[in-house]
Amino acid sequence: MLDKELRSMIGDVKDGRMDRRAFIQRLAAVGLTAPLANQILAIGGVAMAQSPSPYPPTKRGGGGPLKLLWWQGPTLLNPHFATGTKDQDGSRLFYEPLASWDANGNLNPILAAEIPSTANGGLAADGKSVTWKIKPGVKWHDGKLLTADDFVFTWAYASDPATAAVSISTYADMTVEKVDDLTIRILFKSPTPFWANAFVGAYGCVIPKHLFADYKGSKSREAPANLAPVGTGPYKFVEFKPGDLVRGALNPDYHMPNRPHFDTIDMKGGGDAVSAARAVIQTGEFDFAWNMQVEDDILLRLEKGGKGKTVYATGGDIEFIAINFTDPNTEIDGERSSMKTKHPILSDPNVRKALALLVDRESVKKAIYGRAGRTTANYLNGPEKFVSKNTSWEFNIEKASKMLDDAGWKVGADGIREKDGKKFKLLYQTSTNGPRQKTQAIVKQACQKAGIEVELKSVVASVFFSSDVANPDTYPKFYADIEEFQIPMTQPDPALHMRRYISANVATKENKWQGPNFPRYVNKDYDAAIAAAETETDPVKRATLYIKCNDLLWQDTVFIPVMHRLKVEAAANTLRPALSGWANETDNIQDWYREA
Amino acid sequence: MSQYVLRRLLIAIPSLLGISAVLFFVLALAPGDPFSDLATNPNVPPEVQAALRAKFGLDDPIYLRYLHWLSAMAHGDWGFSFVSRMDVDKLILQRLPTTLYVIGSAQILALLIAIPVGVYAATRPYSLFDRIANTLAFVGFSLPTFFTGILFILIFSVTLDWLPFVYTTDIKATGIHYALEMIRQAIMPVAVLGLFQAASMTRFVRSAMLDVIRLDYVTTARAKGLGQAKVIVKHVMRNAMIPVVTLIALQLPAVFGGAIVTEQIFRIPGIGSLLISSILSNDTPVVMAVTFVFACLVVLFNLVADVLYGWLDPRISLR
Repeated sequence: MLDKELRSMIGDVKDGRMDRRAFIQRLAAVGLTAPLANQILAIGGVAMAQSPSPYPPTKRGGGGPLKLLWWQGPTLLNPHFATGTKDQDGSRLFYEPLASWDANGNLNPILAAEIPSTANGGLAADGKSVTWKIKPGVKWHDGKLLTADDFVFTWAYASDPATAAVSISTYADMTVEKVDDLTIRILFKSPTPFWANAFVGAYGCVIPKHLFADYKGSKSREAPANLAPVGTGPYKFVEFKPGDLVRGALNPDYHMPNRPHFDTIDMKGGGDAVSAARAVIQTGEFDFAWNMQVEDDILLRLEKGGKGKTVYATGGDIEFIAINFTDPNTEIDGERSSMKTKHPILSDPNVRKALALLVDRESVKKAIYGRAGRTTANYLNGPEKFVSKNTSWEFNIEKASKMLDDAGWKVGADGIREKDGKKFKLLYQTSTNGPRQKTQAIVKQACQKAGIEVELKSVVASVFFSSDVANPDTYPKFYADIEEFQIPMTQPDPALHMRRYISANVATKENKWQGPNFPRYVNKDYDAAIAAAETETDPVKRATLYIKCNDLLWQDTVFIPVMHRLKVEAAANTLRPALSGWANETDNIQDWYREA
Repeated sequence: MSQYVLRRLLIAIPSLLGISAVLFFVLALAPGDPFSDLATNPNVPPEVQAALRAKFGLDDPIYLRYLHWLSAMAHGDWGFSFVSRMDVDKLILQRLPTTLYVIGSAQILALLIAIPVGVYAATRPYSLFDRIANTLAFVGFSLPTFFTGILFILIFSVTLDWLPFVYTTDIKATGIHYALEMIRQAIMPVAVLGLFQAASMTRFVRSAMLDVIRLDYVTTARAKGLGQAKVIVKHVMRNAMIPVVTLIALQLPAVFGGAIVTEQIFRIPGIGSLLISSILSNDTPVVMAVTFVFACLVVLFNLVADVLYGWLDPRISLR
């Protein structure tokens, strides 16, 4: 889309000639995500719409107990130490950020008095600062008032490397200053188009200065409040048993009217996903279960006449097959898949394209993911209406065979293709996980028909996803030809998600395979587009750049996207959870209620 | 006797040291690292991972880490969990009551079934009672607990809706209601585990009794006119109990160690499920502590068994 056109559209929205929804839909039609569209509007000078609250209860409390089942229970309750979503989810019951993302990718104010925009003076024109106004009169659970000092402290705490907070990258490249007691200003070193990162969402939770001030830096582990959180959230901390139970009780001083609905909240951990689904859907012992990694067939069976159902939230999580651009079978200077090698088979772009034609997404969806997945050709998948005009996928064995024939890979006597005496054999690895092994089987079958021999390998997840330098089976080492897994998109902005694949990030022996570019993809255009996007203050140009990046990944067949995965949860029929694919399950917990 | 106990105690120390060293090195060499969760998280820069590794001493050589661990352990410092950043002893103590309650009850149930049934069956070998008991015992220990557990859940929770299948530690009731609820939620796991244990133990008691019941001195006792009950209880059982005591003593550590499978199925927050989740998240200090405690208990109960042998058969302690 032309810059000019977009600009006039923003003007239309500003002047009220076009409504926001129509604007977002149009942008979605050209492949922009709704959150991105919203950010464009915000920076374009249109205030972000506060989504109309669907929360009907007219008084605080009275909802009885809310029983949540997380099959991996939270193991710690400091949001800045939270290694997994389970810990973020547990912490979020008590701690709060300034704002959270709702299902449509809108920012929803929580501790903020309003969402910053250029109209209200919150966003600086140069993109180098954001001013947040804090809601007045918010109290910590121990009665102290929440002030700007707490935010400044949270920033100092998380950005101190000695604290070893996992939220460090959110806070490291900025300065947070106090303007007055209820106003903070975030200063960025360079223009930052995605300004809604610090103090938003899972890593955005603010912690009380008066309880953590003595435990900043190397003493961070000793803070008593690590295990007994004191926050501003809808529920007050009652009890915590790591991995087993988190309990909270209604906060009578909560700063939002009529909230929360439930009198107590329990988060029970342990067990497995299938029995969690059973406890919610079939027997109704629990109200809500997290992350139903269960085949759709089983869920459908449980739902028949049950007391609950599955609910879905759409984000940007993508299950893909990544292609190795280097040779995993040649060792150079003690390193396999070295950058000094080229993959003997897959370095030919036509071969990679042929391989992409052999992945039958529709069958994978039918046989495995069901309602929990959407077929896609894109690596970067937005919410709801993401339809890229530039990409498409196809399952076509004949076409793939022809392409391979043209590339010089002829079918040999044994039915396997060969070229210059070399057999077309691929090693296809993934983590041990039912759906992934089934996908492997489906892909292998199609490859066999096209004359490609595929050897399957599955590695136990705790090894595959580890950063263990000594282990040859981790995904960043990529000692295979192709590999499959999922990368979750944790923010409704593609910056972090797409930056992984710049050439400076290639995983090598030198950086102990810590570089996130595991396919070892090198493309100057890609690097340039990412670099440009990161300093681009013009939101429209920036968005176009990320779309270009996605299209480059697609054209070069770096990834073969298999499934755009939705979040799957189980909920009691009467429960109305407020879920968002762009946030953690409990990120909008204050809006949950039960229908009478 | 005291010398015998002392000698046994002294043997225990080097074995514990050996066990701890083996455990530590095996864990250190095992694949995976505690921060694998961070590796796939684009928000966490590699520097933070490196800083955490350095802070927790993961980059030191293994022998140095072992010596650190050993000296800390000697001072009563069990270390802290990488995953929850909480002290390991606290973590274990939090789980211990539940484990003792559920697994202990199962063990008691097993004994209450196994000893009378085994003894009675042995006094009337190949009778109808014996045959039924034997058949049930075979069925019992052929069915693994993960199978019976799920079967119980399907029958009593899903179909009949009588019992809850998720064990909760925070029952919101007091007094008699609390007790009743505690019993209600423990019925299934205790039954599953207790019946499984009872099955194998019954067989064991029966065969131990049969070995003794045919001995000449028993016939002599009978010939002297002693009553059947007295012969069985005073003369046969006391001697037959030696192998049974071994079995029970070696199973007691399991009471503290939890039943990994059963705890997973019923979501019982016991030591077993702590061990499993710690292994899965590569939380080495917790795995190390739990397995070491387990090793200590095995050694301790071996000792108790030895002492009990001495009491049951004084000749043993003289050797």
